[in-house]
Amino acid sequence: MATLSRADVEHVAHLARLGLSDDEIALLEGQLNHILDQYAILTKLETDHIAPTAQTIELENILREDVARPSLPVEDVLANAADHDGDFVVVPAILGERD
Amino acid sequence: MSAAELTRFHAHEMAARLRAGDISSRELTDAHLTLAERQDHGLHAWLSVDRERALEEAETADLRIAAARGEGGGALEALHPLLGVPVALKDLVSVRGGRCTAGSRILEGYRAPYDAHITERLRDVGAVILGKTNMDEFAMGSSTEHSAFGPTANPWDLGRVPGGSSGGSAAAVAAYHAPLGIGTDTGGSIRQPAALTGTVGMKPTYGRVSRYGIVAFASSLDQVGPFARDARDAAALLHAIAGRDERDSTSSPVPVPDHLLHLPSSDDEAAGVLRGKRLGLPREYFVAGMEPGVEARVREAVAALEAAGAIVEDVSLPHTDYGLATYYIVAPAEASANLARYDGIRYGPRLGDGRDVLADYLATRGRGFGAEVKRRVMLGTYALSAGYYDAFYLKAQKVRTLIKADFDALWAEGIDALVAPTSPTVAFRFGARMADPVAMYLSDACTLPVNMAGLPGISVPAGLSDGLPVGLQLIGAPWSEASLLELSRGYEAITAASDWRALEPADLARLDDPATASPPGV
Repeated sequence: MATLSRADVEHVAHLARLGLSDDEIALLEGQLNHILDQYAILTKLETDHIAPTAQTIELENILREDVARPSLPVEDVLANAADHDGDFVVVPAILGERD
Repeated sequence: MSAAELTRFHAHEMAARLRAGDISSRELTDAHLTLAERQDHGLHAWLSVDRERALEEAETADLRIAAARGEGGGALEALHPLLGVPVALKDLVSVRGGRCTAGSRILEGYRAPYDAHITERLRDVGAVILGKTNMDEFAMGSSTEHSAFGPTANPWDLGRVPGGSSGGSAAAVAAYHAPLGIGTDTGGSIRQPAALTGTVGMKPTYGRVSRYGIVAFASSLDQVGPFARDARDAAALLHAIAGRDERDSTSSPVPVPDHLLHLPSSDDEAAGVLRGKRLGLPREYFVAGMEPGVEARVREAVAALEAAGAIVEDVSLPHTDYGLATYYIVAPAEASANLARYDGIRYGPRLGDGRDVLADYLATRGRGFGAEVKRRVMLGTYALSAGYYDAFYLKAQKVRTLIKADFDALWAEGIDALVAPTSPTVAFRFGARMADPVAMYLSDACTLPVNMAGLPGISVPAGLSDGLPVGLQLIGAPWSEASLLELSRGYEAITAASDWRALEPADLARLDDPATASPPGV
């Protein structure tokens, strides 16, 4: 099927927002390729006309009444945040300053 | 009554004695807490035990029992059999105000702001929550060795794993720290540890139990289920937690049969259920890699079922060999999406310096997740990435259709249940499969097709091989939990006199020795 290069591993780690050490990248390159080798068995199966299964029980259009309900207490939720200010979670700036 | 006697009762025996007034939930709960506190240095089944809250819940249960006794007129008999009975929860079930680590550093310090649906249900019936049990990080693993807090030992041999990912609950139930436990099963994480610890563990039909308040791994596969020391207790716990919950839109409105609370108590009646049942023996589950001792025990169990009047037929599930590859595309893909939420901002430690959001994400996730979680997030991200979706995820979903169709064809033929090994091997030594992820993944070869097809499955003890437990797996059609539990109860009845039934885990005595070492890395 496919083979992952070191550059591919670095690219996927970036997509997954995982900061990996050089050793981890080297180890993962070998391990992920070994796991991908196991996927090759699937190419033996002809599946062009098979419908995909995303879920196994036949539930459809699950709706609920549109009723307002109390939310979780703000202080309990904020207690888990790394940093907060009043009723707000503090996050690092994601927009740079306009030049 | 001594603590040793109290902890050895099955849950239904505890229920009877609580009603009779022989024992109180407080003394029962205290006996379990004391045993867990004394022995856990060697077992490491628990990540947190909340003695104070558990004893409060026990006292509440005692008041409810006393009130029912005062009321008379059948009020005692109407109580749920779990009232006052201790339960262990896997540490991914939310209990308001308590820790919920999912075995990960990335949830260290997190306190759940609400109760999971099953926690509410357990409170409603009056079960006593002792604490939270160890697990592979985010339920990814088959040994508990992937817990960020170190592995759990197997009470049958403290040098071996209890299986996983729900290994803490399995070991706690096997070691009499709790009569009942909760696990989750995405590819075998209840059934495989049940097999390796000599306990009963059931993965219900997908949608049977609400997952509201339970840390997600792979959302099209995850199910919550019971551990117990017999089928009746597993049925009672399933009865307490199953049913529709509108906060989990995949939970099903299919009614939960009250029959689960009335599995036969007499062995004769229980054995009678087996007569005429059509049991399929899937030949693909008896293949290379299975230990001879495991195969021998499973074949003996099949012979015993046949002798009791069951009709055993050779059947085929031709796409079994594709299960592992299919699972290891679907589960990591779904996990990579579910675990995107761990960003160090709303909960969990933030491991960056707070100045740059991307650098914070990379540091928090790179250092907060362990090796197996990173491996699966990488696999899943790759399988879903541009240009590979059709080749991997879509292909796997199509093969999933074929795997499910294999099972459907057997139900259409009138097969009542399939009988197979749960795990191809008995409990393995610490470290044996850690260097090779694929070797660890093969631990679940006999269980993960059941998750791919959304079916219920149960593992029940079927004797020992070289002194270690072997599990017999029963697999049924959707919503057939009660029937699987009846068959399991029947199997217990026809093997009630077997010598191995009387054996306790061999290393229990070592757990009482303060000099016994903790599992490696704890």
